[in-house]
Amino acid sequence: MDLTSTGTTPTNDIRTPTRTSLRKRASLPRWAPAAVLAAVLGAVLVVQLLTTFNVVTLLVGTALLYIVGIYALSRTVEGRRKATDRLVTAVVTSAFGVALIPLVSVVVTVVGKGLERLDGEFFTYSMRGIVGAGGGAYHAIMGTLIVTGLAALMSVPLGMLTAIYLVEYGRGRLASAITFLVDVMTGIPSIVAGLFAYALFAVFFGPGVRMGVGGAVALAVLMTPVVVRSTEEMLKLVPNDLREAAFALGIPKWRTIVKVVLPTSLAGIATGVTLAIARVIGETAPLLVIAGTTTSMNLNPFEGRMATLPVFSYYSYVSPGVPRDPYLDRAWTAALTLILIVMVLNLGARLISTIFSPKTGR
Amino acid sequence: MSSPSTPTVTAPRKQAGRNGVQRPGDRLFSGAARGSGLLILVILAGVAIFLITEAWPAITAPADAIPGGEGLAAYVAPLVFGTVLAATIALVVATPLAIAIALFITHYAPKRMAQGLGYLVDLLAAVPSIIYGLWGFQVVAPASVPVARWLEENLGFIPLFAGPTSSTGRTMLVAGVVLAIMILPIISAVCREVFIQTPRLNQEAALALGATRWEMIRMTVLPFGRSGIISAAMLGLGRALGETMAVAIVLSVSGGITLNLIGSGNPSTIAANIALQFPESSGIAVNTLIASGLVLFVITLAVNMSARWIVKRANRSGDGR
Repeated sequence: MDLTSTGTTPTNDIRTPTRTSLRKRASLPRWAPAAVLAAVLGAVLVVQLLTTFNVVTLLVGTALLYIVGIYALSRTVEGRRKATDRLVTAVVTSAFGVALIPLVSVVVTVVGKGLERLDGEFFTYSMRGIVGAGGGAYHAIMGTLIVTGLAALMSVPLGMLTAIYLVEYGRGRLASAITFLVDVMTGIPSIVAGLFAYALFAVFFGPGVRMGVGGAVALAVLMTPVVVRSTEEMLKLVPNDLREAAFALGIPKWRTIVKVVLPTSLAGIATGVTLAIARVIGETAPLLVIAGTTTSMNLNPFEGRMATLPVFSYYSYVSPGVPRDPYLDRAWTAALTLILIVMVLNLGARLISTIFSPKTGR
Repeated sequence: MSSPSTPTVTAPRKQAGRNGVQRPGDRLFSGAARGSGLLILVILAGVAIFLITEAWPAITAPADAIPGGEGLAAYVAPLVFGTVLAATIALVVATPLAIAIALFITHYAPKRMAQGLGYLVDLLAAVPSIIYGLWGFQVVAPASVPVARWLEENLGFIPLFAGPTSSTGRTMLVAGVVLAIMILPIISAVCREVFIQTPRLNQEAALALGATRWEMIRMTVLPFGRSGIISAAMLGLGRALGETMAVAIVLSVSGGITLNLIGSGNPSTIAANIALQFPESSGIAVNTLIASGLVLFVITLAVNMSARWIVKRANRSGDGR
């Protein structure tokens, strides 16, 4: 169906608006869009300065007026087809701009509110015995590191071995079933993973169980498919020549994989694992269900409640004590810390892939 | 048996068989790899089994034991409604925006900048959901109040905007918009991949026939990517259905089924309800929540599977192209 629509419609559409109509029509000079944009921006700015100034309405208003303006102008000078083209260009570009507004707004809000308490005490004190101001999230940061570390410890070997199976060994029905189920696993909502971990531990430890390692299991369920997918992609990129060369030298398959295939794709796999960690480290819902929260330090994931950074931020924000402000400040600082961790992990992943990947010699 | 580190000359000759020589190392390694694959199956089965085990007491319990006192179905129904409503709003807002962004990155932005811009949009996906929740509560909700007032005054005849406007802004509309922002990067990433794969020749042919850039996109890129767009939207829908924290923080919940998007009485969503109720629940209430989680699991599973199915079907028909 695609072939016919792509094949026939162009000819139908193109034939009608004859060449002469295009040639006869004048076209707008190259600087026209910029001029319209500047005029619109100036007009909106003047109006705003006379009334109230707001960055968001300034941008949105400018974009809307520009879209209308460039369409009207082009319509009168260049005709319908070019006007539509310019209209879509403007709409698509503003859509991209619209997507950046929340990104900027989130960063500005979190940084602005989080800087308040971004001090040494926040990173070195727990909340034990703290009422009101002071205290910090040391216990929550340690909890997040322990839970995420354990999750990585479970899901990285599992995910990598599964990917190796799928790429190097997997044939037939089992492999396609696993591929399908990994896809399904990608779509498990995080809260359901938390409920699964709770249900699993409740069967063995009784109802009401709260444990750090349970959070790790939940995160591992979320992380494994991401590791499988990225490792799989990377293993597929390893040229078959390398494998064949190794086989030709009489090297067993497992040594070929360990000594040739994995080292070649290591940078990519490390990038994927880092991104997977970045994805689960900010998960709140499963930890809310199974790891719970506490005000004091707990370094033992197999015993009792364990505070984590996102859960700490959540509780500080939705059920603050009296006075409210210190709690809200801590919540924002925890959010800022979390965003910093995630950004560092993301940048680290990019760095790993740019520094180490050219090893394939291509 | 030859040691793996010193492959003998005879080994290659033996490997003439279809599967080659099976050394102990090989057997161990392939066994471990296959075992991991099987473990994935076991885990997924485990998720279903343990959820059912823990949900069972609530499924079999008498109606008046369930919180709310009217049985499981009556407890879950408004939650399902809220979940679907929030996800629908998110999808309606996010899909056109995501398609436009994907088009911008693949066909409008300067080639050299395209990758960086794509990375910028992907950053939206890196922000943890709890932060979207705080941001939605702090920034979007207050900012939405005047907009909601305007909607009530001018479009109040539509049931969706009937009002009265919530004074806090913690409405279904805001929850949906925040969800839309969260699923935007996933939808646009999938769309981007599909749009890039549009056959170059088709595009150039359209341009050569005198099509403007938009006409070229409408005639080649969009028809080619249609199934990709649909599956991207479904993947986004699956994500929106299961999203927890943002809704739990943003939405002001008070029960009933209502289509009013800007009022203060909103139905909760399954995921948000679990997050809000679970820490303080015990006994049968916990089982009820797990049962509702099971419902969510089934819904997202169905949505995701159909998305994959559409992709698969499209790929297969793509081969014959």
